[in-house]
Amino acid sequence: MSKQYETVIGLEVHVELATKTKIFCGCSTAFGAAPNTQTCPVCTGMPGSLPVLNKQVLEYAIAVGLATNCEITRYAKFDRKNYFYPDNPQNYQISQLYLPICRNGSVEIETEEGGAKKVGIHEIHMEEDAGKLIHDEWEDCSLVDYNRSGVPLIEIVSEPDMRSAGEVIAYLEKLRLLIQYLGASDCKLQEGSMRADVNLSVREAGAAQFGTRTEMKNLNSFKAISRAIAGETERQIDLIESGQKVVQETRRWDDAKGESYAMRSKEDAQDYRYFPDPDLVPVAVSDEMLERIRASQPEFRNEKRRRYKEEFGIPDYDIEIITQSKHMADLFEAATAICGQPKKVSNWLMGETLRLMKEKETDAQDLRFSPEHLAKLIALVDAKVINGQVAKEVFEIMFEEDVDPERYVEEKGLKTVNDEGALRKTIAEVIAANPQSVEDYRNGKEKAIGFLVGQTMKAMKGKADPAEVNRILLTQL
Amino acid sequence: MRIAITDRTAVELSAAIRAGQTTAVEAAEAMLARIEEQDKLYNCYVTVDGEGALSQARAVQERIEAGELTGPLAGVPVAIKDNLCTEGMLTTCSSKMLGNFVPTYTAEAVANLRRAGAVVLGKTNMDEFAMGSTTETSAYGVTRNPWNPDHVPGGSSGGSAAAVAAGECYFALGSDTGGSIRQPAAYCGTVGMKPTYGTVSRYGLVAYGSSLDQIGPLTKDVTDCAAVLETIASYDKKDSTSIQRQDTDFTSALVEDVQGLRIGIPGDYLGEGLDTQVKAAVLQAAEDLARRGALVERFDLSLVEYAIPAYYTIAAAEASSNLERFDGIKYGYRTKEYAGLHPMYKKSRSEGFGEEVKRRIMLGSFVLSSGYYDAYYLKALRVKALIKKAFDEAFAKYDVILGPVAPTTAPKLGASLTDPIRMYLGDIYTIAVNLAGLPGISLPCGVDESGLPIGLQLIGDCFQEKKLIRAAYTYEKIRGPFGKATAAEGRTTKAEGRTTEAESRTTEAVSRTAAGGWTETGQRVLQEAGQEQEGHRHE
Repeated sequence: MSKQYETVIGLEVHVELATKTKIFCGCSTAFGAAPNTQTCPVCTGMPGSLPVLNKQVLEYAIAVGLATNCEITRYAKFDRKNYFYPDNPQNYQISQLYLPICRNGSVEIETEEGGAKKVGIHEIHMEEDAGKLIHDEWEDCSLVDYNRSGVPLIEIVSEPDMRSAGEVIAYLEKLRLLIQYLGASDCKLQEGSMRADVNLSVREAGAAQFGTRTEMKNLNSFKAISRAIAGETERQIDLIESGQKVVQETRRWDDAKGESYAMRSKEDAQDYRYFPDPDLVPVAVSDEMLERIRASQPEFRNEKRRRYKEEFGIPDYDIEIITQSKHMADLFEAATAICGQPKKVSNWLMGETLRLMKEKETDAQDLRFSPEHLAKLIALVDAKVINGQVAKEVFEIMFEEDVDPERYVEEKGLKTVNDEGALRKTIAEVIAANPQSVEDYRNGKEKAIGFLVGQTMKAMKGKADPAEVNRILLTQL
Repeated sequence: MRIAITDRTAVELSAAIRAGQTTAVEAAEAMLARIEEQDKLYNCYVTVDGEGALSQARAVQERIEAGELTGPLAGVPVAIKDNLCTEGMLTTCSSKMLGNFVPTYTAEAVANLRRAGAVVLGKTNMDEFAMGSTTETSAYGVTRNPWNPDHVPGGSSGGSAAAVAAGECYFALGSDTGGSIRQPAAYCGTVGMKPTYGTVSRYGLVAYGSSLDQIGPLTKDVTDCAAVLETIASYDKKDSTSIQRQDTDFTSALVEDVQGLRIGIPGDYLGEGLDTQVKAAVLQAAEDLARRGALVERFDLSLVEYAIPAYYTIAAAEASSNLERFDGIKYGYRTKEYAGLHPMYKKSRSEGFGEEVKRRIMLGSFVLSSGYYDAYYLKALRVKALIKKAFDEAFAKYDVILGPVAPTTAPKLGASLTDPIRMYLGDIYTIAVNLAGLPGISLPCGVDESGLPIGLQLIGDCFQEKKLIRAAYTYEKIRGPFGKATAAEGRTTKAEGRTTEAESRTTEAVSRTAAGGWTETGQRVLQEAGQEQEGHRHE
C-alpha cells in the first residue's frame, strides 16, 4: 500500500426495548414462546386493525435521547415504510422518517490512546420489529412466526465520526451501558436485542470528501464487528489501489468465512414510499412529560464512579469493573447496604464472580444471585460458621441457582466444626499417619506444615477453620 | 290506521317491540322475508345471516322482556356494510381478495350496535374496498337502485342505502371516505350521515383512506339517524384517532326550530355541471328553511375545484399502503400456481383485485414514490389544509352550509364505469367535507322528472352534528314524509305534486318532485338559477 488511508465509520444501531408489551398492541414481548402465540389482529396485519402507541416506548426513547444529549422532538410523527416481505404482516413497517423523536445528540468515548472523543448522533427513531421467517427444508416451505412482529425498537443513527474498530467498539459499549443503566434494554448482541449495521468508507488521509460507503449487516458480536471492519477496510482499499470503484451497496458479513458478499446495490434499492401513518396521531411531548423523564434518569456510570470512590473507598480497578454493568453495580450497592462491608462485597464480585462468569460464559446482567444472599454469605464467613473454601463452594451454587446460603449450609452440613476435641483427635491421626512430614517440619522445613493442614482439612471434609487447624498443629508438633 | 311492521322506522319499531306490539323475532323474520322476495333483483346483500339474525333476535327479545335492553334500537334489524369486520361472519369488502375472510373480531361500531340490542341481518354490497361511486366495482355483482332498477344506488355504501330504501333492513351502517354514505343516501332517497372524523371508532373498518374514513348511519329518517349515531359514537382506545366527546346525545337535537340559524349556500356548489332539477330542489329546500326563520345567504367557499385532485391523491396514497396487507400470505385470496414469492404476490394481487382498486393502488404508489412525493402528496396535504381553512372562515359566519349532495340523480347502470374521471367528478360536493374532517348529512328533498330521489346536503363545523340534526329534522318536518321506493312492486314512483305543509304532516307517504307544482318562491329561485347559467355561457 503506497498511500495512507483513513477509515470513516458510522453506525446504525437497533435496540429492542424492554417493554412488557409490543409497540402498537397489548401482546407480550417475552422471548421464546411457541410460534404465533403472542399475536393479535394488530401485529398480524389483519384488516381493520389499528395501531395504538405504547407510551413506555416513547418514554424509553426519550430517556435514551436525553442520556445521549439529543434534542427531543416535541412534535414527532410515525411514518410508514412500505415494502413487501412475508415477515412484515402489513407490508409496511411503522417507523419514523420525517420527524424522529430525537436528533443531534452525541456521546463521549475514550479512544485507544486514552483521549476523549465525541461521536455525534444524527437521530434516534422508534419503530416496530418484523416477524421471523423459518425455512423448513424438509417440507420445502417457509413458515412465519409473528411473535416478534411489533416488538419495539429504537434505531440510533450516528454521524460518520468513527475512524477505527476500537472507536466503534467503545461507542457501542458506551451506548450499551447507557441503555442498560436506563433499563431500556438488555442490549445483547448475540440474542439480537442490540444489532449494529456498519456504514464504512475509506479515503486518502487528509482528503476532504468522504469515499463511497457500504453498509455491512449480520454482525452478531463485537468480535465480528471488528473483523468485518478490518475486512471491509481492506477490501475497499484493494479496490481503490487496483483502480476500481467502491460500489454503494449493502453487504452481508459471514463471520465464519471472514468475508462479506453484496446483498443489494443502491440501484436495486427499493423506494419505500414513506408517508405519515394516518392511523397514528402525532406525538406531542409536553414539558411536564419531558421533565418527569429527565428527573427520573438514573445515576450513570461516571457519577457512580465518583460516588463509589468517595463513599466506599474501594480500589479504582474494582470500581471500573463493577460499574461496567448496571446490574453488578446494583448488586454491589444492595449487598453493601445490608452488610456494610463494601470491600468484602467487592472482593466477591472481583474474585469468584468474575471467575465464574468467565468459566460459565455469563453476562454481568444475567447474574442470578441476590444481594441478600451475598450479604448472608459474607456474614457466615465473618461469624466463622463456614470457612473461606466452603464459602466458595456455596457461592458457586448461589451463582447457579441463587440458593439461600444459610439454609444450604445447614442442609448440606457444611458448618465448620468448632469442637476442639474432635479437631485435636483428627490432628493426632494426621500426625500419626504422616511421620515423614512431621519429621521434615521438625527439621526446619516450614512448608511441611501446609501439607499437614491440608491433610487435616481433607479429613474434616473441609469443615474446619484452617487458622484453628494451624494453631493446634503447631502446639502438637 | 295500523302501520305495516315493515313501514316503521327503526325508532318506531323498537318502541313497538318494547310496548309488546310486536317482537324482535317478527321484525327479523319480516326483513328476511323481504330480502328473500326482493334481493335477487336488488342484490343489496353479499351475505345474509338468517339463522344468526333469528337467534340473536330471540336473545334480544328475552332481554327486552327482562327489562335489560331499553334503548331506541333494541330489537331492530340492521344491515352492515361489508367492510366492517364481524366476528364469525364473512367480511369481503366486495372483493375476490377477501372472498373467504372471516374475522375473529368485530368492528367497534357494530359492537356498539349489538350492545344496544340491534340485530345484524347480514353484510351489504359495496364498491370493492369502498372504491367507487356506484357499487358497480363489487366483485359480487351490481346493486340496483330500488327506485329504478336500471339505475345505480350510488356508492360505495350502495348496498346499505339500497337495503334501507328497499325495506330490507330498518337501518344500515356505511362508511364515508369521500361521500360514500351521503351520495348513495341521496340516490336512494334515504338519510345518510358522515360524522366528524374521530366520532365513530374505525377499529374493525377495513381501511381505504384512513385519514378520511368515517362510519355513519343510513336510515329512513332524521330521527333514526340521530338515534343510530348516538349509539355508534364512542371513544375507543383501540383507535388512536378516536375523540373523547361529551356531546354525543344527538337525539336531544331533534328539535323543530331553525329560527336564527345561519345557513350559507356556497355559490361554488351551484355552478356548471349541476343538474337544473337538483339545483331547483336544493334551493327550494333552502327557501323552506328560510321561511321558518333561518337566515340564508350565498357565499363563496373557494378552492372547491382543488378538492377532487387533492382527495384522489391523498385517498389513493393511503389506500396503496393500506391494501398492501392483502398479499396472499396470511389470509384471503392466493393464486393457484406460482413460482416463488414475488410471482405469488403479483399473481395473487393481480387476480384478487378489480380494475378500480388496481387503478387507485397504482395512482397512490405513484404519488408517494421518491421524486414525486413533494409535488403530489405534500401539495395535496397543503390543499387539504387550505380547504379546512376555507371552511373555518365559512363557519365563522354560518352554522350550516347547504348544498347538493351530487350533481345529478342516480345514473343508469354502466354509465359511469367507462369514464372514471366523470365518476370522480361526481364526488365534487362531498369530498371537501372528508378532507376537512367535518360532519355532513344527506336527506331527500325531492325527486326528478324520472322519479329518482334528489339529496340535500347540510354540512356543519367539526363537532356540530347537533346543528345539522336540528336543521335536517326541521326540514324533514316541512317536507313531510318522503315517498317509498316501489320498483320491486312493479311501479315507479310518479310525481304526485307538491303538498302543502299541513298535508305533509300527515302520515300518508306522498312523494314530491322538483318538476311538480312550484310555489312562487320556488319558481323564482328556479328562474334565477336559469339566468345564472345563461350568464355563465355568455362568458
